[in-house]
Amino acid sequence: MKKFLLFVLIALVYVAHQDLWNWKKYEPLIFGFLPVGLAYHAAYSVLCALMMAVLVKVAWPKHLEAEQAPDADKDTGAHP
Amino acid sequence: MIPVLVIFVYLAIIAFIGSIAYRRSQDNTEDFFLASRSIGSMVFFLSLFATNMTAFAILGSSGQSYRQGIGIYGMMASSSCFVIPLTIFFIGTRLWALGKKFGHQTQVSFFRDRWECNHIGTAIFALSAAMLVPYMIISIMGGGTVLADISASKQTHLPLIPYAWGCATVAVVVTINVFFGGMRGTVWVNIFQTILFLCFGLVAVGVISHALPGGFGDYIGKLAGDDKTRSLLTREKMPPQAFWSYTLIPLSSIMFPHMAMMCFSARRLTAFKRTVIAYPIAIMVIWLPCVFLGVLGVATLGKIPDPDGVLLRLLGNYAPVWLAGILGAGIISAVMGSDAHQVLAMSTMFTKDVFAHYGGREKFGEHRAVHFARGFIVVVTGIAYLVALRLRDKQGIFEIAVRYAFSGFAAMSPVMVAALFWKRSTKWGALASTLYVAGFLVWCALMQSVHKAGDVLWQIGQGKDALKVFFLNPRGDVAFCNGYMTVVPMVAGSALCVILFSLATRPPGKTTLDKYFGPAAAPSAV
Repeated sequence: MKKFLLFVLIALVYVAHQDLWNWKKYEPLIFGFLPVGLAYHAAYSVLCALMMAVLVKVAWPKHLEAEQAPDADKDTGAHP
Repeated sequence: MIPVLVIFVYLAIIAFIGSIAYRRSQDNTEDFFLASRSIGSMVFFLSLFATNMTAFAILGSSGQSYRQGIGIYGMMASSSCFVIPLTIFFIGTRLWALGKKFGHQTQVSFFRDRWECNHIGTAIFALSAAMLVPYMIISIMGGGTVLADISASKQTHLPLIPYAWGCATVAVVVTINVFFGGMRGTVWVNIFQTILFLCFGLVAVGVISHALPGGFGDYIGKLAGDDKTRSLLTREKMPPQAFWSYTLIPLSSIMFPHMAMMCFSARRLTAFKRTVIAYPIAIMVIWLPCVFLGVLGVATLGKIPDPDGVLLRLLGNYAPVWLAGILGAGIISAVMGSDAHQVLAMSTMFTKDVFAHYGGREKFGEHRAVHFARGFIVVVTGIAYLVALRLRDKQGIFEIAVRYAFSGFAAMSPVMVAALFWKRSTKWGALASTLYVAGFLVWCALMQSVHKAGDVLWQIGQGKDALKVFFLNPRGDVAFCNGYMTVVPMVAGSALCVILFSLATRPPGKTTLDKYFGPAAAPSAV
């Protein structure tokens, strides 16, 4: 069920990318200068970040962490 | 003169960081190519982002929006916001785990082991290398052009740094950085570079907004009030087919060898957490100001001969010279950040997938393999530089090659998905897909060379109801079914090849399947 809901979430976010209703519109101008089609897709970028936050919270592949070296927390020199 | 000085200070800092990384390096390939798989969370995000963002994100995005309007953001940037983090989440994390567990350093070494193949891996390597080379060349060309544009005198329009010297500067600094620092040097430099170009758009918008009399609203109103320019504020002139099919292009991201290598280099899996969440925001921070300023350039600058130079012109007109220099360094950062990773990826692929795989490591040892990698870096950058000089007037060809390379890498994504998630997939499926993609790319290049824009290559039916299956669009690119990009038949055909040929051939042995899909093999389990 969880997998299905996450799939629906991803599908909905994908569908939200196809904003046909904004295709020929530039008004309202958001903040007085940003055409609505551009503002919509800027907000869409934030929505994508939120979707990824949900995926990280709910569907993080914890089982892969088994491959992590036990000393992974130690500084091995890649930090400046 | 001042912008040039600022940029040279910046380049000196880059070379200096590379030399410090050299002192921390160990003499083995895992350290040179992957910084001993020890990249921390924040560095991982900044570096992965720098790997993926080229100068196109700044100059190309503003140039495209100058020509086509605000729709460029929805088509290119927000589709990337959706697709790239998802591919990093589902594919990048698995690659990381497999690299940790089995020591893979390249995609090809994973494919070879996963499908028990040898020469098929070499075929995938050859296609990847062929698609990556034009990208590397165009990065050097881009660096030379930007340095020439930034250093041009306002009076004579002659560049203080000619194109050839600009290309040489970028090639030398990238070579020093990668030659001495390897992956560690490259990612350290990326921290500095990514912060610089993330700040670029916001600072540019702030400065230009401050300098414009009347503010942005007046200029956007001017564009909206003119019938000729109103469409730039909408997507009226953007074919919906192109808008939709572009969503498939960002699938290329995870298939770029340098992106996959970055995934192998993370120290902990948690490094991916912040990255996938921050990625869409970072794309927005760069693309939104650049796209907006590109459209604004139509209102403030009028008609200009080189739309890709719209941002440089705006900065030249509205920013103080010292700030224009820093912002110019931001653009150069975008060029060099990705170029360094491409050079390193090419070197890694040749060293691991060809030199070591065909017996070089046994014969010469691990220590010599690092020398081979360093030598290769010098040779490949030298050749790229010479090609950038000799074929400067053929830049358009490389741009076309890069556009197709994106489609090509995107079309290879079904191969990766099959390798990771489909137990029944086989090496023959992978080979069929690789040959299909390579064949399609060659066919497109051939069609573009013998046909002209508007020619129909294949249509079904006649008259008004005819379906143009393949034709050359007004830009001269091969297009599919009334306007879809070729990436659609490429991805679909590639996926079909993997499925059909895998089902028709024998899967890998039980030992290999248990290794990757057995109870103890967590990485590939969804």
